[in-house]
Amino acid sequence: MNDRIIFDDVSKFYGEVLGVNRITLSLPPGVTTLVGPNGSGKTTLMNLMTGLVQPSSGHISVLGVAPDNATEFFRTVGYCTQFDTFPRGLTGFQFVMDSLMLHGISAAQATKLAAQSLGRVNLGDAAGRRIAGYSKGMRQKIRLAQAIAHHPKVLILDEPLNGLDPMARAELLELFQELGRQGMHLLISSHILEEVDRISDRVVLITGGYLIAVGNIHQVRQEVREKPMQVIVRCQHPELLASKMFAIHHCVEARIHPDGKGVFLRTGDVDQFYSMLNDIAAEGAIKIDTVAPADDDANAIYQYLIGSDGSAS
Amino acid sequence: MTRKDLANFGEKLGQQPWGLWLLQAQRVVRIEVRRNLFSWRATWVFFLAFIPTVIILLHTLFQRHPVMEISDDTNVLAGIIQIYYIRLGIFFGCLGIFSGLIRGEMVERSLHFYLLSPVRREVLLLAKFAAGTVSALLLFGSAVIAGFTLIYSGFGAAGRDYVFNGPGLSQLGAYLSIIVLACLGYGAVFLLFSMMFRNPMPAAMLLFAWEVINPVLPTLLQRISVASYLRHLMPVSVATEGIFALLTVQTEPVSAWAASLGLLMLIAIVLTYSCYRVRSLEIRYTSD
Repeated sequence: MNDRIIFDDVSKFYGEVLGVNRITLSLPPGVTTLVGPNGSGKTTLMNLMTGLVQPSSGHISVLGVAPDNATEFFRTVGYCTQFDTFPRGLTGFQFVMDSLMLHGISAAQATKLAAQSLGRVNLGDAAGRRIAGYSKGMRQKIRLAQAIAHHPKVLILDEPLNGLDPMARAELLELFQELGRQGMHLLISSHILEEVDRISDRVVLITGGYLIAVGNIHQVRQEVREKPMQVIVRCQHPELLASKMFAIHHCVEARIHPDGKGVFLRTGDVDQFYSMLNDIAAEGAIKIDTVAPADDDANAIYQYLIGSDGSAS
Repeated sequence: MTRKDLANFGEKLGQQPWGLWLLQAQRVVRIEVRRNLFSWRATWVFFLAFIPTVIILLHTLFQRHPVMEISDDTNVLAGIIQIYYIRLGIFFGCLGIFSGLIRGEMVERSLHFYLLSPVRREVLLLAKFAAGTVSALLLFGSAVIAGFTLIYSGFGAAGRDYVFNGPGLSQLGAYLSIIVLACLGYGAVFLLFSMMFRNPMPAAMLLFAWEVINPVLPTLLQRISVASYLRHLMPVSVATEGIFALLTVQTEPVSAWAASLGLLMLIAIVLTYSCYRVRSLEIRYTSD
């Protein structure tokens, strides 16, 4: 179990205010997305994980090391926080360099690693400039460069896409994906669900300090049985398919796609639905091009489990 | 505690990465000294440290120095050290420097970078304390040396004779020791205040008032004071009148080594408690 991030019945209260309540999690390597509305406890969970706040009860370990063992813990973990503040008067390079020097490595090695990480976030050219003159996106990137500079095995990213333009977002998502492929643990909180959804292996849904669901996005979606699943079928005669499907009692909604070349179908029993669809295809009256789930992404799950207004369902 | 427990404890201590901690502490000191001394915000501490030096310089430049005034100027220097530096300059200088080490970074929301580094929190705290001490000593130590040099250089050969063949150098040594102890003592207290209070200023003002009235308190209470220990180390007694008499009043005599040891013990206690507190320090900038 030493390759896992473990929360064992962790609670955090700020006085009488609940931060998170009785969270138990065991996260394997890969990309994990932390999803929840503002104030749901995402940042608290990340701060607990890194020792910035102490749990009121329960235990946390990351790859077998507790956060209070800073010397070992922060060799393994990098945390890119949401705090958009920096020590005064530093250039981007000095900021990353100062941080690396605290690892006890030589100046030459620190210089090499700093240059590498600055290059990775495409800040090499601006490294000599003072951070005070950076744009919001550049500040976001320099924090990320600092967090990855020592090659951590676990990278925690609190809203890492905030303030970035679409191109920078795409670059970083690619970087996260690459880091995830290399076997690194990535724990990402983000409200840009469509984008992190593409790269995440699992989601952790949290609201009001309570854990709602954990797991692979598709698995989590299947478990939300009270919400009929939406499927888009691209075919030649969508209206015919819609009428055939409506005849089945578990199909609760059929809507023709705006381009007229497909139909959205909502079903309460996805297994029966696919079986029926196979039969229709076999009949040959309707030529089916593609079938794809339309609402098993993080955004849809978020809407179903937490609600669009951010309130728990 | 049995012999075996002691042996285990000793073994455990020996297994700790002392070399790494020392290296990390040195690097924290370097970063912190750079921040403390080489920024515009440090200007007022420079002002606090060097204002008497500037005044002494003006006197040296524009006032004649008859040889018989050496003893007067020696008393003036002792007064500057005891009344200005210990009571005001170092007190407020250390308040600015040491309370900035933790609280200042909380206010600027940059402390988390340290807490997310692989540096044990106790090592971080002690290194920050060392950095504050180095910064304060560089400022106030050099200001005292400069003031001392300027005062006696005004007397020419007689001044040189007083310094090198008379009691001058030992007095300078005593002043520097006092400055070191003052920076350590006030530094430890203000570092602790900055962890205990969101705004350490009211507590610092209470301490200031305590230090002022301390000489007239019972002997036992006098021991809970930085200035009371330092008074006993002064190489030259300062005779003052009026309100300043309260600041320089002689209390129950204590030997220099006992005063130094007492102050060092006070510092050790305060730092130990600070190390205990820093273990549970949380980053909650919104509530700070």
